[in-house]
Amino acid sequence: MSAASDAVQLTAPSNPVSQSVRDSLVVAKRNLIRMSRIPEMVIFGLIQPIMFVVLFSYVFGGSMQIGGSTSPTDYRNFLMAGIFAQTVTFATAGAGAGIADDMHKGLIDRFRSLPMARGAVLTGRTLADLVQTALTLLVLAVVALLVGWRVGSDGDTNAFKVLGAFGLLLLLGYAFTWIGALIGLSVRTPEAATSGGLIWLFPVTFISNAFVDSSNMTPWLRHIADWNPFSATVQACRVLFANPGQSTSEAWPMQHSVWASVIYSVLIIVLFRTLAVRKYRSATA
Amino acid sequence: MPGAIYAEGLVKTFGDVRALDGVDLDVPEGTVLGLLGPNGAGKTTAVRCLTTLLRPDSGKAVVAGVDVLKNPDAVRRRVGLSGQFAAVDEYLTGRENLQMVGQLYQMKAKAAKVRAEELLEQFNLSDAADRTAKTYSGGMRRRLDLAAALVVSPPVMFMDEPTTGLDPRNRQQLWDVIKQLVSGGTTLLLTTQYLEEADHLAHDICVVDHGRVIARGTADQLKAQTGGERVEVVVHDREHMATASEVLRGFGKGETTVEEHTRKLTVPVTGGAKLLAEVIRELDTRGIEIDDIGLRRPTLDDVFLSLTGHLAEAKDEDISAADGTGRQRKKEAGK
Repeated sequence: MSAASDAVQLTAPSNPVSQSVRDSLVVAKRNLIRMSRIPEMVIFGLIQPIMFVVLFSYVFGGSMQIGGSTSPTDYRNFLMAGIFAQTVTFATAGAGAGIADDMHKGLIDRFRSLPMARGAVLTGRTLADLVQTALTLLVLAVVALLVGWRVGSDGDTNAFKVLGAFGLLLLLGYAFTWIGALIGLSVRTPEAATSGGLIWLFPVTFISNAFVDSSNMTPWLRHIADWNPFSATVQACRVLFANPGQSTSEAWPMQHSVWASVIYSVLIIVLFRTLAVRKYRSATA
Repeated sequence: MPGAIYAEGLVKTFGDVRALDGVDLDVPEGTVLGLLGPNGAGKTTAVRCLTTLLRPDSGKAVVAGVDVLKNPDAVRRRVGLSGQFAAVDEYLTGRENLQMVGQLYQMKAKAAKVRAEELLEQFNLSDAADRTAKTYSGGMRRRLDLAAALVVSPPVMFMDEPTTGLDPRNRQQLWDVIKQLVSGGTTLLLTTQYLEEADHLAHDICVVDHGRVIARGTADQLKAQTGGERVEVVVHDREHMATASEVLRGFGKGETTVEEHTRKLTVPVTGGAKLLAEVIRELDTRGIEIDDIGLRRPTLDDVFLSLTGHLAEAKDEDISAADGTGRQRKKEAGK
């Protein structure tokens, strides 16, 4: 037994916060190594949003009315904020499946038997997913530019605002991976976590302002869309990108979309992190 | 003074199944306790309670001098757990797995690296150190899992069915590793459904069934409880069975059992090897040709059979994997 390991097992960690950060980074590194060794997962994660960009732009492009215009260019500029936001929420499924897989393989047991910070396994996973989401967004933004998306197409913007919009998208994606973490801990198989992580995202992302102008929806549906946390981020991105089709709804989240986006995401993180960490403490394979 | 692993009245229920129904354990420092029982007996649940993975409904547990319920994190720093199925990350290399576990035991990155190297060497995994665990054989994965449990050389180890599913060669290898570990002073609690394994590795054995300890003692004590030795003879010629039976009756201390189809006769005896020699001489004098003869002492299989009325055979590997979880089903091992 080395002197170092002796010291380790007998002394309690001095600072719980730095221990938590360190443990989370160790787990995040592990998950990133994993992702790099299963590149097909990352690639499939990229193909889907790219397909959406191309399909929506060309199939729906000519038939959608955005702010009174039916020009495909306007629809493309309108659409991208929605596709970006939908893409970041799909990270939910990856996080859920990864954690369910760890449960299934007994790795969560291993982690729970170690003297590590309680939330670190989940935080590490969500951080790794955040890196993947950032990568996906980058690729997607390039594709969007290729099909003709331009920031500042409906007013003025600047680099600071555009980066801010991507920041909001990452924050939303990060928040949703905590929902995925809770799902992953609650289901029995990785397969269930994948489908359980995805199905509810369709109503959430479609009953919103992401793909169509929500002002054309029936009133009750429009109210849901206006108050949907997801819509807030989409609206905020349109505002910051200065893209067309911004909602003129009186609803508070539409009027103060940047604030609404931040508040919603932070609330989701706080709520679902608390629930997920509590669930983790008593998790059994 | 309580031992390195001590439990008193542990109870854990899952729904209406009492997985642990008042288990007491006391493992002196530096010894090996074999927890022996069929699937669903509560072995895994006991290990999970003692390693802080499950909170018992009631009872008391002290591991390495620390109260498990009051101070779980201090227990985690002092124990190593090697589970039923090898819990290693298959997309990480052997080295990366061990380094990660070391760091999560709060070792510095550099110390974790050095320790990983030592363990890879010790567990004969150096050549495979930089391959992902996905490419490892079953035996290699078990060794890696065990190495991961030993990263901080914990004074107390728990191994939950360490050799389930391994071929005989790999099992023997793992046994050697475990013996080496114990000779270094580690206290070990080992669960197994292989009676031979408990016999081989454990100083003391607790037989559990339906969440209760139904017998405890050394392997020899348990065997003695079951009954003494017997002479077993297999005669070559079926026609000689009657004569052989007559001979055995003369030496035996009880009824002779005769198995016609295997031509095997068994009789309880006292007197050991000396008596066996006499039996052989007598059979020879009478011109009875024998295929096999031996002095048989009871195996732990006999012990289990006499204690529970059923054999401790594995009936369903899947159930053992789910043991101790919400999915656990109550199961009669001997159906």
